[in-house]
Amino acid sequence: MLSDWLYIAIFTGIALFLPGVAIFLAAVLSPKKPDPIKTSTYECGMETVGEAWVQFKVQYYVFGLIFLAFDVETVFLYPWAVAFNKVGLFAVLEAILFIAILLGGLIYAWRKGALEWV
Amino acid sequence: MTAMQIIFLIVAAVTLGGALMIATSRRMMHTVLWLVLTLMGVAVLFALLQANFFSVVQVLVYIGAIAILILFGVMLTRRSMVDAGESLVHKNWWVVAVVIALLFAAIVISIQPWGAAHTPLVELMEFKEPISDLGEALVDPAAYLIPFEVSSVLLLAVMVAAIYIAVDRKGGKS
Amino acid sequence: MSFFRDPVVFLTQWLNGVLAGWGLPPAWVQVISFTIGGAILATGAMLFVTILIWGERKLLGRVQDRYGPNRLGPWGIFQSFADMLKIFIKEHITPVGVDLIPYNLAPILSVAAVLMVWSVIPLSMTMYGVDLSVGLLYFVAVGALGELGIIMAGWGSNNKYALLGAFRAVAQLISYEVPMVVSLLVPVMLAGSLSMNEIVKQQNIWFIFISPLAALIFFVTQIAEVGRAPFDLVEAESELVAGFNIEYSGLKFGMFFVAEFVHAFTVALIFTTLFLGGWRGPGAEQYPLLGFIYLMLKTTIVYFIAILMRGSLPRFRIDQMMDVNWKLLTPLSLILIAVTALAVKAMQPLSPWISVPVNIVLNLILIYLTQQLLVRYFKRRKIREVGSRNRPVARLEEPVTSTAESEGSL
Repeated sequence: MLSDWLYIAIFTGIALFLPGVAIFLAAVLSPKKPDPIKTSTYECGMETVGEAWVQFKVQYYVFGLIFLAFDVETVFLYPWAVAFNKVGLFAVLEAILFIAILLGGLIYAWRKGALEWV
Repeated sequence: MTAMQIIFLIVAAVTLGGALMIATSRRMMHTVLWLVLTLMGVAVLFALLQANFFSVVQVLVYIGAIAILILFGVMLTRRSMVDAGESLVHKNWWVVAVVIALLFAAIVISIQPWGAAHTPLVELMEFKEPISDLGEALVDPAAYLIPFEVSSVLLLAVMVAAIYIAVDRKGGKS
Repeated sequence: MSFFRDPVVFLTQWLNGVLAGWGLPPAWVQVISFTIGGAILATGAMLFVTILIWGERKLLGRVQDRYGPNRLGPWGIFQSFADMLKIFIKEHITPVGVDLIPYNLAPILSVAAVLMVWSVIPLSMTMYGVDLSVGLLYFVAVGALGELGIIMAGWGSNNKYALLGAFRAVAQLISYEVPMVVSLLVPVMLAGSLSMNEIVKQQNIWFIFISPLAALIFFVTQIAEVGRAPFDLVEAESELVAGFNIEYSGLKFGMFFVAEFVHAFTVALIFTTLFLGGWRGPGAEQYPLLGFIYLMLKTTIVYFIAILMRGSLPRFRIDQMMDVNWKLLTPLSLILIAVTALAVKAMQPLSPWISVPVNIVLNLILIYLTQQLLVRYFKRRKIREVGSRNRPVARLEEPVTSTAESEGSL
């Protein structure tokens, strides 16, 4: 099993190396003529107004948190799904209870208006 | 020194170095990136222990969800975009480092008489993947069924609490 | 075994034999053969993208009733090479104030995250990088790494619009991961393993026939994960000024572009592996090369469908996208899991001739119920028609002739 991870480590190294080499080669081959107007930040053709900071909506955080709860839920469901063929009907009912509780959470979020993109 | 030991030391050094950089980075965005590196190091440590499932779950949940959540949280604070001025490292940090090194040496010397500290390194033998055993244990009433169901209630509580805070704040703040 | 029966395994064993014959210890032999195999796979994947881009441009052109590229070479097949050459020699304009390490690392991470999936896909019965026992979750985890690349690109660009685009892109990606991960439970349940090769081996009946709804949900969420139309709000040119890759030029931008196409093909490959039986087909067990050909044929058909979707569907708005995900796909996929688990477990002792049609019928019932709910939901919202039959036609006004009156009205 460790040889599996060895292959993945080597493949990750190659996957990071290939685009790196390509970009490096392109950076060597391309012309370099920096110009104060060319290198200024793009804002639809105008001068930039204010600092590079946006009012961050709290909506992103709520979506991230709901995603986290469901992600952990599916992590719990994966071992059950792998052992699905070996366990009886009772296990299926337990997992349905698990899913139903979290579905209840989703419906609560829906009704409270937390899923609206304001 | 076998190859496994060398690899372990390198990965442990990367993980701890990343943790150190989290504590001493100036810009908050960099701290999130170093956090991702530290979590990656932990995932690689899991893989070295042949816990395949937990290694990928670590990447999936910690880096894919929690690091991004922390990133969103960092973005919610305005000061994160402004460059932090002074360094976060104390001026006489080398004094603290010497004290900690002495403490570590004291601990190592004091556990020498303890027999269990001298067990030789055992190479883990190859074993079959136990994910289906884990699955069977999770739904077995004699094993871990109750924690399984309680964890779903815990996740429900997390969701409800977050929504309550967010909806309340959304009404209050802009 | 002869060369024609199984070329890849034959070559690998020959190489291992040569390297061991030179006196290298077995660990080094393994490392070298892994490196060569991995390099061939990764380079092949990246070079294949030129054919993909050409195919997409020709097909999109035909959908839009025009020729695609047809100047360079017969049927324009050298167009992608010309574009690659052009992008290679363009200047890398780095704006002031960028954070250098995230800015430069982002395109590399985006491409790497997509390429890393290729190591667990079984290209045929014996041709795969590694048969990881958690291959499916590895694929999902690596997708999460790709989102990091987007955040690094958006942050490192020192540009408000890039940051905003990056946040919206990441919000879209994490939202669509939920139904994707939940609907992936269905092939795992039916096959009883997380390993991709095992899932392919268990598909005596293709999983798309056992659970078409899961395949549909997975396909839709994967299209959203790649960021192709109709979910391509985050990179649309007319909105948000091309999103998080505004400040990239030259090959760095080219890398994002390449990453998207490779991701789209990888997604089609995963869909084929999980639901369409992968490399299975008549004679694929004896002649693994045939398995590879079957896989490529099926993947091309799936990719074809994705291109047609791109050419014909209008773009979603961001709130419509989020509504579709959280209010339609997530509850639907969770209910699907519950129903499929019950049905498969209850019908386990029966023969497949009964259980498969019952499963299909259950899926169709779910689709029908969802459609009824949606119809009723939209009827309740009562979208007001702006232009209807009874609206009077605007009459042509007589132009005002007296200029003094018009000046007075100003």
